[in-house]
Amino acid sequence: MSFQIPIATSRNLTGVPTGRLGVWWIVASEIVIFGGLLAAFLMYRLHHGDEWAKEAGKTNIWCGSINTFVLLTSSYFVVLAHKAAGENKLQEAYKYIWWTIAGGGIFMCVKFYEYTSKIFPEWYYTQQIIEEKGIESITITTSVFWAFYFTATGIHGVHVLGGMVIMAIIAHDAKKGKFLHRVENIGIYWHFVDLVWIFLFPLFYIASGL
Amino acid sequence: MADTATKTEEAHSDHHDDHHHDQSFWSKYVFSTDHKVIGMQYMLTGVAMALIGGFMSYVFRMQLAFPDESVPFFGRVSSLEYNALVTNHGTIMIFWVAMPILIAAFGNFLIPLMCGCDDMVFPRINRLSYQVFLLSAVVLVISFFVPGGGFGGAWTAYPPLSANAEYSLTPMGSTLWILAVALEFVAFLMGGINFITTAMNARAKGMRMFDIPLVVWMIVIASILFMISVGPLIAGAIMLLLDQLVGTAFFNPFRGGDPILWQHLFWFFGHPEVYVVLLPALGIVGEIIPTFARKKFFGYKLALYTVFATGILSFVVWAHHQFIAGVDPRMVHLFTVTTLLISIPIAELCFLYIATLYGGSISFKTPMLWALAFVVEFLIGGVTGIHLGASGADIYMHDTYFVVAHFHYTFFPIAIIGFYAGITFWFPKWTGCMLNEFWGKVHFWLTIIPFNCIFIPLFILGMGGQHRRIYNHQHFSELATPEYQNLRIFATVSLIVMLLAQVIFFVNIILSLRKGKKAGKNPWKANTLEWTTESPPGHGNFKELPEVYRGPYEYSVPGRKEDYWPQDQKE
Repeated sequence: MSFQIPIATSRNLTGVPTGRLGVWWIVASEIVIFGGLLAAFLMYRLHHGDEWAKEAGKTNIWCGSINTFVLLTSSYFVVLAHKAAGENKLQEAYKYIWWTIAGGGIFMCVKFYEYTSKIFPEWYYTQQIIEEKGIESITITTSVFWAFYFTATGIHGVHVLGGMVIMAIIAHDAKKGKFLHRVENIGIYWHFVDLVWIFLFPLFYIASGL
Repeated sequence: MADTATKTEEAHSDHHDDHHHDQSFWSKYVFSTDHKVIGMQYMLTGVAMALIGGFMSYVFRMQLAFPDESVPFFGRVSSLEYNALVTNHGTIMIFWVAMPILIAAFGNFLIPLMCGCDDMVFPRINRLSYQVFLLSAVVLVISFFVPGGGFGGAWTAYPPLSANAEYSLTPMGSTLWILAVALEFVAFLMGGINFITTAMNARAKGMRMFDIPLVVWMIVIASILFMISVGPLIAGAIMLLLDQLVGTAFFNPFRGGDPILWQHLFWFFGHPEVYVVLLPALGIVGEIIPTFARKKFFGYKLALYTVFATGILSFVVWAHHQFIAGVDPRMVHLFTVTTLLISIPIAELCFLYIATLYGGSISFKTPMLWALAFVVEFLIGGVTGIHLGASGADIYMHDTYFVVAHFHYTFFPIAIIGFYAGITFWFPKWTGCMLNEFWGKVHFWLTIIPFNCIFIPLFILGMGGQHRRIYNHQHFSELATPEYQNLRIFATVSLIVMLLAQVIFFVNIILSLRKGKKAGKNPWKANTLEWTTESPPGHGNFKELPEVYRGPYEYSVPGRKEDYWPQDQKE
C-alpha cells in the first residue's frame, strides 16, 4: 500500500504552501473551541464577581508565572529551530526542537505539581500545617470556577503534550533532512498553544480581585 | 519554502504515471485515499443511516397515529423508546445524513474534479476523516442497545435532562450519544480543512476566484461556517460530558451552573448548522438549473455576496430558538430583527434561481425536477420561518407541531431533495451509467406528493396547539378529537407511502447500473470540469490536468454553434 502524494498537494495558488495553510485552519478551529470555553467562563465570571474572585485568589500565581516564562521561552527555541531548518542546519534544528520539547516538559511538571497540590494537599504539607492554615483539597467538582479551571488548563495541557509528541517525530525527521517544512508548521501550532496560555494566565490566575 | 514546493511538484509529475497497478479489494475500496472512493463511502454510509432514521420516523409516526398498538416490525413503543426514537431520528438525519451526504460525499467527489486537480490536498487526512466518521456512526448505533436504551433528551440535548441520568434514565445512552456527536464533529473538521485548502490552493491553472462553480463555493463556505460555529459546542460537549461523568456543575443550577449556557453554546452552533447543510444543497441546485435551462446563472457574483452575507448573519440569529427559555426580552427583540433580516438574502437566492429560469429553454429531466422542487418546497419552509422568527407569534407556536412542520419543510428539501437532485445529476459521472428517466420521474412524484401530505397536516395540528413532545395524544382530551386524530393518521399513511416509494429509487439504481445506457463524458452538455473527463473518472481524475479559460455557466453564448462552452476549451 504505497502512498503517492497527489499533485494537488504541491499546488500553491495562494502562495502559502498547503501544509502551512492546513495548520492555519487547524489553529482557526482551535481558536473557536477555546473561544467558546473562555467566553462561557467570562460570562460566569462577570456574573459571579466577588465570589469567583475569592476562588481565583487560591490559584498558585507563582506556578502560573513560571509556566508563562517557560512556555514563552520554548516558543523562542522553536523559532530558532525554524531558522536553522531554513538554513538547512539539520543538527541545530534538531537540537532546538528538543529544547522546545524540554520547555513543554518543564511546563507539564509544574502543572503536575500545581494540580496535585490542589487535589492532594497532604502530599506536600504535614497534617499540622493543613489544619493550621485550613487548606482543603480542591478538585474539579468543588465549584463551577474550579471546574472551568481544571477543564481549561487541562485541555490546554493536552495540547502541550500533543505538541511535544508531534515535535519529537518532526525532530527525528528533521535530523535526516526530511519534511523540513514541518518545522515551521509545528512552530505555528506551538505559538498558538502559547497564545492560549496568554489568555488563561490572566483569566484564572491574575484576575483574582485581591 | 516556495522552492521546496516547486521541487516536489516536479518530482511528482515525473513519476505520476506509474502509480497503482493491481490493488486488493481492501486497499482499493476500504483504505483508499482516492477522493472519489471516500466520497462514495460517505454517500453509502449516509444512505444507510438515512434508512435507519427513516425507519425510526415510521415507528414513532405509527405510535402517534395508532397509539399503544403494536407497530409492525417493531412491537409496542414505550414512552422511553418513543423519546429515544424521536431524538435519534433528528440526530441521525442532521449529523449522519445531511452532513455526510451533502458536504462530505458531494464535497469529496466534486471539489477535486471541479477544481481540476487529481485529489484532495491531504488524502490521508481525508481517509482518516471518513474512518472517524464511521466510528462515530457505529458508536451512535451501539448507543441504542446499551442498558437503558438510546438517549431520549431531544437532539438539542438540553440540560439538566441530558446532564443527569436520574432525569434522562439513560446513563450510558446519553454519554455514547455525546461521544458519537463529538467524533462526528472531529471527522468533519478534518474533512472541512481538506475542502477549504483544496479549493484555495489546488485549483486548475487559469481558474480565478470567480471561475469556481457555485457548488464548490457553497461547500467551502459551509465548511468555514461549520468550523467557526462548532468550536463553542465542542467546548460545551466537553463540559456536558464532565457534568455527566465526573459530576461537575457547569449546567446545574443547584450548584452554581446555568442550563441556559448550554442552549447558547448549542444554538450558536445549531443555527449556522442550518446554513451549513443548506448551502451545499443550494449549490447543487445552482449547478442543475443553468444546465437544464441552458442559460447563464443569473447574478453569479451577487449570489456569492448574498451567501457571504447569509453566513455572517447566521451567527447572530441563534437566540430565536430560546424566545421562551427565559432570555432577556430586550435580546428577544434584537434576535427577532436579525432573524427576519436573514430571510432577505435567502429569498434573494431563490429569486436568482427563478431569474435564471426566465427565458431559458428548460428541459424537465429528473435532476431538474428535483432542483425545481427544492426551490418550491424550501420557499414554504422559509416563509413559515417568518412566523416563528417573530417573537410574538413564536411564543404561541413554540414547541408545537408547527415548528416540526416548518423545519421539515427546510430540512427535507435540503437533505433529501438536495441529495436526489445531486445524485440524479452526477450519477452518470460517478458510475458511467445513465439513470432511467421514467422511473426517476415516478420516484420523484411519489416522494414529493406524500412529503407535502405528511407535513401540511402537521402545520394545522401545530396551529391547533399540539405540543411536539407528546407521546400519546389520547391522554389529552382536547387533542384527542377525531378531526385531529384523522390528520395524524393521514400524515402517517403518507409517510409510509413515501418510504415505500424509495424502493423505486434503489431498484432504479441497480437496474441502471446493470442495463443503463453508457453516459459518455458529458451527457448533460454541461460546462464544469468534471464533465471533461471520463465517466467514471480514472485514478488521477484527468489524463492531462485541465486549464481553465472562462466561468462555469457560459450557456447559449451568442455566436457559438453549440449552446455550451466547457471551461477548459480555449475557443
